Amino acid sequence: MTDISLDTLTTSAARPRRDIGIKKRYAAERRFRLYGVLAIAVGLAFLGVMLTSIISKGYTAFWQTTVTLAINFDEKVIDPSNKRATDPNVLITANYPKLAEAALIEKLGIDPNDKAEVRKLKGFLSDSSRVQLRAIVAADPSVIGTTRNVDILAAANMDSAFKGQIDLEVPESRRKVSDQQVEWMNKLKAEGVMAEHFNTGLFSYGASSRPETSGVGVALIGSFYMMVIVLLLALPIGVAASIYLEEFAKKSRFTDLIEVNINNLAAVPSIVFGLLGLAVFINFLGLPRSASFVGGLVLTLMTLPTIIIATRAALAAVPPSIRSAALGLGASKMQMVFQHILPLAAPGILTGTIIGLARALGETAPLLLIGMVAFVADYPKTPFDPATALPVQIYMWANEAERAFVERMSGAIIILLIFLMAMNIVAIVLRRRFERRW
Amino acid sequence: MSFLLVFAIVLAIGLAAFVAGRQRARAQDDGTVKPHSRAHYHGWWAFLTGVVPAVLFLAAWDIGASAYLNSHIHSALPADVADGTVAQEDLAAGLVKSLASGLRKLDSQTLSALPSSFAELQPMLAAKGVALAPDTQDYMIPIATEANRVSDRLGMISAVVSVGLALIGVGFGLRGISPRARARNNVEKVMLWSLLGASTLAILTTIGIVLSMLFQTIAFFEKVPLSNFFFGTVWDPRFAAAGAGASEGQFGLIPLLAGTLYIAFVALLVAVPIGLMSAVYMSEYAAPKVRAVVKPALELLAGIPTIVYGIFALVTLGPFLRDISAALTGGTPFIQAQSILTAGLVMGVMLIPVVSSLSDDIITAVPRAMRDGSLGLGATRSETIKRVILPAALPGIVGAILLTASRAIGETMIVVLAAGVAANLTLNPFEAMTTITVKIVNQLTGDLEFNTPQTLVAFALGITLFALTLVMNIVALYIVRKYREQYE
Amino acid sequence: MNIMTEKSLDDAVNAEMNARSNEIIKMRGDKVTVHYGDKQALFGVDLDVRQNQVTALIGPSGCGKSTFLRCLNRMNDTIDSASVGGKITLDNEDIYDPKIDVVELRARVGMVFQKPNPFPKSIYENVAYGPRIHGLAKNKAELDIIVEKSLQKAALWNEAKDRLNEPGTGLSGGQQQRLCIARAIAVSPEVILMDEPCSALDPIATAKVEELIDELRENYTIVIVTHSMQQAARVSQRTAMFHLGYLVEEGATDKMFTNPDDKRTQDYITGRFG
Repeated sequence: MTDISLDTLTTSAARPRRDIGIKKRYAAERRFRLYGVLAIAVGLAFLGVMLTSIISKGYTAFWQTTVTLAINFDEKVIDPSNKRATDPNVLITANYPKLAEAALIEKLGIDPNDKAEVRKLKGFLSDSSRVQLRAIVAADPSVIGTTRNVDILAAANMDSAFKGQIDLEVPESRRKVSDQQVEWMNKLKAEGVMAEHFNTGLFSYGASSRPETSGVGVALIGSFYMMVIVLLLALPIGVAASIYLEEFAKKSRFTDLIEVNINNLAAVPSIVFGLLGLAVFINFLGLPRSASFVGGLVLTLMTLPTIIIATRAALAAVPPSIRSAALGLGASKMQMVFQHILPLAAPGILTGTIIGLARALGETAPLLLIGMVAFVADYPKTPFDPATALPVQIYMWANEAERAFVERMSGAIIILLIFLMAMNIVAIVLRRRFERRW
Repeated sequence: MSFLLVFAIVLAIGLAAFVAGRQRARAQDDGTVKPHSRAHYHGWWAFLTGVVPAVLFLAAWDIGASAYLNSHIHSALPADVADGTVAQEDLAAGLVKSLASGLRKLDSQTLSALPSSFAELQPMLAAKGVALAPDTQDYMIPIATEANRVSDRLGMISAVVSVGLALIGVGFGLRGISPRARARNNVEKVMLWSLLGASTLAILTTIGIVLSMLFQTIAFFEKVPLSNFFFGTVWDPRFAAAGAGASEGQFGLIPLLAGTLYIAFVALLVAVPIGLMSAVYMSEYAAPKVRAVVKPALELLAGIPTIVYGIFALVTLGPFLRDISAALTGGTPFIQAQSILTAGLVMGVMLIPVVSSLSDDIITAVPRAMRDGSLGLGATRSETIKRVILPAALPGIVGAILLTASRAIGETMIVVLAAGVAANLTLNPFEAMTTITVKIVNQLTGDLEFNTPQTLVAFALGITLFALTLVMNIVALYIVRKYREQYE
Repeated sequence: MNIMTEKSLDDAVNAEMNARSNEIIKMRGDKVTVHYGDKQALFGVDLDVRQNQVTALIGPSGCGKSTFLRCLNRMNDTIDSASVGGKITLDNEDIYDPKIDVVELRARVGMVFQKPNPFPKSIYENVAYGPRIHGLAKNKAELDIIVEKSLQKAALWNEAKDRLNEPGTGLSGGQQQRLCIARAIAVSPEVILMDEPCSALDPIATAKVEELIDELRENYTIVIVTHSMQQAARVSQRTAMFHLGYLVEEGATDKMFTNPDDKRTQDYITGRFG
């Protein structure tokens, strides 16, 4: 400034410095920061280890070893006494695995009469050939007497061996595949007859005692039914309740009670909802056990608080100016809510709903109590038929001892996580895109 | 007539009323009087007057009818079955019900000449694709036929009355249409009532939880004395002897409660420092770019279902810790594969995001003026956090920890898979203990017979768990709310 | 009690410097600019702060006066998007020099905020906070002395001496603000920055704080941001007028209020805008 030069000004001199322990204090600062970084690193490292462990165990489940064999639908095996015209049971009870075994014997060039050699083939092919070949014959009985190339599933142990998961260093007597089987396997592999394919069965099979024919098909349908039920019930009820509490309710002891209830229900252990489902829906109302309908009801009650809390936050975020504008134009309060507030709050509501659904999809404990831990091999046709759910299927496989089931289990976890991830990403994108535009 | 069919008819009547009502209101609007409500509100009002009473009646009747039918079947069972155990009676009633629904598949001609032995009936049903349990008895066939007849009659009555109600209601609604009728207000009143109804569901759920568990718990305590449960130190419900006698088995809560609290304690020991520190780092130190990446990653931990954590503990971490401890001692492992440590560790990691997101909210609620005041005096960031922000946030953080503890106590899948099933009383964290939730699952999965103490105890455990978490939640929510009000 | 007469080293130094001259430049801003993200809030401000005087920064809201104040002890560092340009010196040392430690700087340049912000601790702990973190007291007795003296200087001792262990948040608004001043004094700073310290106070409390500011001038250099023209006239020796991020005019308070050079200052002082 100009007037500075007019004054005779001096600048203050630096004064003696106080010792305020800067060095020690900055060391403490750095230590504290480090604790923070460490805490986050521990969390992320655990996440990394867990995901790596599951993926490394489970990704192989998406591949399945099959053996392509020229099956001769030999009439002598299927229908030795030629009675199929009169007795349809013949085609159902025929010894189909024998056909597959015969084809394998031929492929490997073993002498069919060498009983000792043939016995070593036991456990090479999956017993599922029975169902598979029966289906081919049932669909078209004219195949009998002809030869056709069919992909037969390898048994679970051979599948593991083929994927290199069985340690061949272990003495033969202590592992599940013999040296002879490994040798045959390598021979078939070299010929390109035995190969890995994408495992569609993992998505379509139901429960099975054989790992190679078990899958999450039934569980996926069960989970799907439940998600639809939760969406159909929890979303409208949750939104209605939120609208009442946020827009209409006057502060009173009754609304306070509702509020305390909702906040508390959000923190009630999920297993308690299972007990409620068992006592009320199954014992009292007589709904069927193991049904996805009951599962859906239980999960609805569990998800409701989440949706209500999210919806109320979304409604409260709509600025009061919009309310006044609508009311000022002569809209009734109901019209204001449904025509102006609700559309603006929709993204927030949707985000909350998706997160609630994702939680419900991964929930296991309450479903155990309403009997969804069931061995269900057939697809549930309606939500009232016995079914399982994806996480419950994972739990059931966790109780199996066989290695191949662990692989399936990890595969199923990957599927579950992919679903959850997709839902969460949709929620995040929605939140980002519609974040408060006013 | 089936429930759904009647429902559809009522709905169709309602829709017709909607169209008619709207039409009528439009026709009345000749421009002389300004109508109070727009035409479609008159339509909706006609719809509601028709559908609501009819559907309410239909639902009430249906619930009543199935209860009546149930008691009808039970009373028709022969004396020796009815005098047997409750389970036997329920089983027989179940068989009758499936037989009855199977009989519906048969055509009327077959029904009129029904064989009296199940052996003859079975192939006829099998031909229609109905598979029935082989222990269905001959005496059940007439009961099932009678049950079907009763249910038909009840269904007929309900159909006639509902449709009648719908028509009367529609007539009432349509007659009331006039230009000055306050149709919009009427429709909105119904809407408001249904909104209110939806919000009371939360209360109903709580009541349902309490009542359902209370009745079973009372039934349990009729068979087992209170002191045996609350002060018993031995848990040995004797599954094998189930049904043999009520006094068999010991149902001591203490070992389960101790295991629950011990595991929760270990979990909090992991989750609280890590969660709190990461929240502090995120809100006070992390650059926005780092936060944008790390925060969702930590939230990912929260989005992973607990079953996945449980599996990880069971398949990977448990065996790993066991092998490590075996390597350390050179042979015998001192950490069991299923142990308090394994379950606590994994549960702790699961709770990290819970602690961190709760305390993040709490920490950011501390006013900026506090930070500035401290920084302006020349405090370093960590001094500000340690001496001003955390003490200021302390009540809120205590609330957050309580909420987290309640999550830990109620957590099920991790402990089912990682904690073990043996009800030990031990202080050694390397051994297995079991929890309340594990035992609830154990007692209620598999083939169960109701009304035995072995299954009823699960409800006593459940209500204990509910009460425990309820108190913690209410206290925690109260603390957090008070804390927030302080800074608002 | 002999504490009343005892003077700390810092006070002795301050008094001595005061005796030498009234016209020493304690802090100097040289072409100071501040950006918040893309938005520029200050445009090349040159301003001197004279030792043992009260400098008032006035101007309509959003003019940049608080922004400038916060540059003087680098409180703008705590805002992620803020970036400061130009040069600010304290005792002829550049305070934005990487060698200067911000903690040390803030111990020398204290700050009192617009809204009283006592920590949720006792009155004693509030005042003792600064000396504690900086390790200014060797023992409890010394700390007690510092607390007492600071409260005395902030004219709060008589009201607070019997309730030192009660929470600071329990005081009235004016008392809280004087507690915050005591808290700042306890660190023995050379400069005290005050950001509209009376805007949240009633007239009686305001009068007390203004009186206090005038007394504090003896030992400290004070920069105060204020909305109130009268307040600037009452407490300050020099006044700087800001407008839209520019320094419009700076000079002796008497002259500014009677005969300003700039039309905008005149308009603002006479209440045409603000």
